[in-house]
Amino acid sequence: MNFAEYTKLAFNALRTNKVRSLLTMLGIIIGVSSVILLVSIGTGLQNYVTEQFASLGSNTIMVMAGDVDVSQGPRGAMMSASKFEISDASDLESGSDAIKQASPMVQGFGTFSYGGNTVSTEVWGLWENYFDLAKYEPEYGRIITQNDVERTRRVIVLGNKPATDLFGEGVNPVGKKLTLNDIQFEIVGVIKSKGGGGAMGSADDFTAIPLTTAMRQFNQDRPFMIFVEANSADEVTQAQQDAERILARRLKDDEFTVLESTQLLETITQFLNVITAALGGIAGISLLVGGIGIMNIMLVSVTERTREIGLRKAVGATPRDILMQFLIESVILSLFGGAIGIGIGAAGALGINQFVTTSVTPWSVMLSFGFSAAIGIIFGVAPAIRAARLDPIEALRYE
Amino acid sequence: MTTLLKIANVSKEYKMDGVVFQALDNVSLSIKEGEFVAIMGPSGSGKSTLMHIIGCLDRPTSGKVYIEEHDIFTANDAELAEIRNTHIGFVFQQFNLLRKTSALSNVELPLVYAKVTPKERKERARAMLTEVGLSEKMGNFPSQLSGGQQQRVAIARALVTKPSIILADEPTGNLDSKSGRDIMNIFQNLHDKGSTIVLVTHDEDVAHHAKRIVRIADGKIIADGKPPKRT
Repeated sequence: MNFAEYTKLAFNALRTNKVRSLLTMLGIIIGVSSVILLVSIGTGLQNYVTEQFASLGSNTIMVMAGDVDVSQGPRGAMMSASKFEISDASDLESGSDAIKQASPMVQGFGTFSYGGNTVSTEVWGLWENYFDLAKYEPEYGRIITQNDVERTRRVIVLGNKPATDLFGEGVNPVGKKLTLNDIQFEIVGVIKSKGGGGAMGSADDFTAIPLTTAMRQFNQDRPFMIFVEANSADEVTQAQQDAERILARRLKDDEFTVLESTQLLETITQFLNVITAALGGIAGISLLVGGIGIMNIMLVSVTERTREIGLRKAVGATPRDILMQFLIESVILSLFGGAIGIGIGAAGALGINQFVTTSVTPWSVMLSFGFSAAIGIIFGVAPAIRAARLDPIEALRYE
Repeated sequence: MTTLLKIANVSKEYKMDGVVFQALDNVSLSIKEGEFVAIMGPSGSGKSTLMHIIGCLDRPTSGKVYIEEHDIFTANDAELAEIRNTHIGFVFQQFNLLRKTSALSNVELPLVYAKVTPKERKERARAMLTEVGLSEKMGNFPSQLSGGQQQRVAIARALVTKPSIILADEPTGNLDSKSGRDIMNIFQNLHDKGSTIVLVTHDEDVAHHAKRIVRIADGKIIADGKPPKRT
């Protein structure tokens, strides 16, 4: 008997027990679709973070509060309460030849309404130099100026996303007023879309106000973190060492950490890798359960069809013929389940893409498909061997 | 006439709960081409065991079995399957047709394992079903056929590979007397055309269709000859 005959035989057998075949496949379908879905969420998250950092540039160094230890992996990447002063930024700028500029940041959150549209977004309190450091340019109006910071002015610069969400595409909102915590802010500018990243949060999804205004507004007397730009990519290491030396004069060792953006990216990627693997692993367990379901049903099927097996053997089926018949049946079950699962998983990933960034990767599709084929073989072998070994005389007598 | 089947000093022992049971005790038998043989005996006589050995479903504990040139004693399971496929046509008391499979596909089944092309398979199965008078029922499932019709499908399945020996185990055991007579007539016709038939039965009337009756009791052949004239 050749492969085509076995396949035809398997399809006929599966068709005669449609409901049972479908229920058996369900285990694999659920397993594969959850692997695809969960891995796509993890991968999407990773892509998002990587994009964020890519646009920040390799010259950037971040000074964070607390003892952030990259080598410790995700567990070390926890920040604690800030001990920074505004003056630290000035000290960094003046204390090292390798440092071009330093920019402290205060972070808050705001909800803005305009003409029935409402957006919630991050509010960054910044020095004027941040826009140069992070390579933001105005599309309309201007960026925040030194004057704004010095005078604690109530002006706001919108990222591209909140501007579009509030006022619509291509509309210049400069001069209009927005309310943040009952206080009116005048829109002085809109930032050109980067389509990529700023350091924290999405590249275009933020608003910015003067640092001094933000500290008053959010009742914070310390910057959340300090961005440092080295003169060039070659001087990043020097700048990092200088920053550590300068800050160590005032702060304890465990009160600050100086990180290159590539180092931080590595840490976060590592962390997300672990999450992705964990999610995939949990989903993998349900694939395993699906495989056991296939084995269970195939064992039942062999028992049910004992007489058929006996007859087939009597008219000339070799043990190999019987083995292949049942093995191909279970492989078809798992492959079909796998294919349907991939379809559902990909559709699900596409569906939730509106809420969470997802990315269906070829490797997760290939892995789940290969895995379900392997499950069909692994869990199909035992029932198939049992069928192939049946004694034809006993099998023909079986009631 | 060529000897198709040769059984020489065959014994078969079964172990059941540590007790050795002698199913066949030094049995010798040969069957020539074109013979119509009935094997008779009460249940437990070793009749079924002998049939299984003739049908290459089982190997003896000792002794020699030859189907034409094939030595059954030394053949492995795959070789036995091939010998069954090409040399033996089985007809069972329970018909043993595949459910949810058409009469035509049932008849095709042995040819599938003989690696015959689908086209030729269909042609040969159709011809065989026509020969047993079921040309109108080829697409029917076994559940849509009477017992007699089902057994005729089974006979067509046994004949389709043109086997050396047709081995029928109580072929009329599950049929009413009219259907039973029809089936025996088919065997009679096959014999007249030169087929070699081995019939296993405990029914004297059925056995009397045969030209030679082998009687077996307690694992030994106790009589072998022409059926007695009936009054």
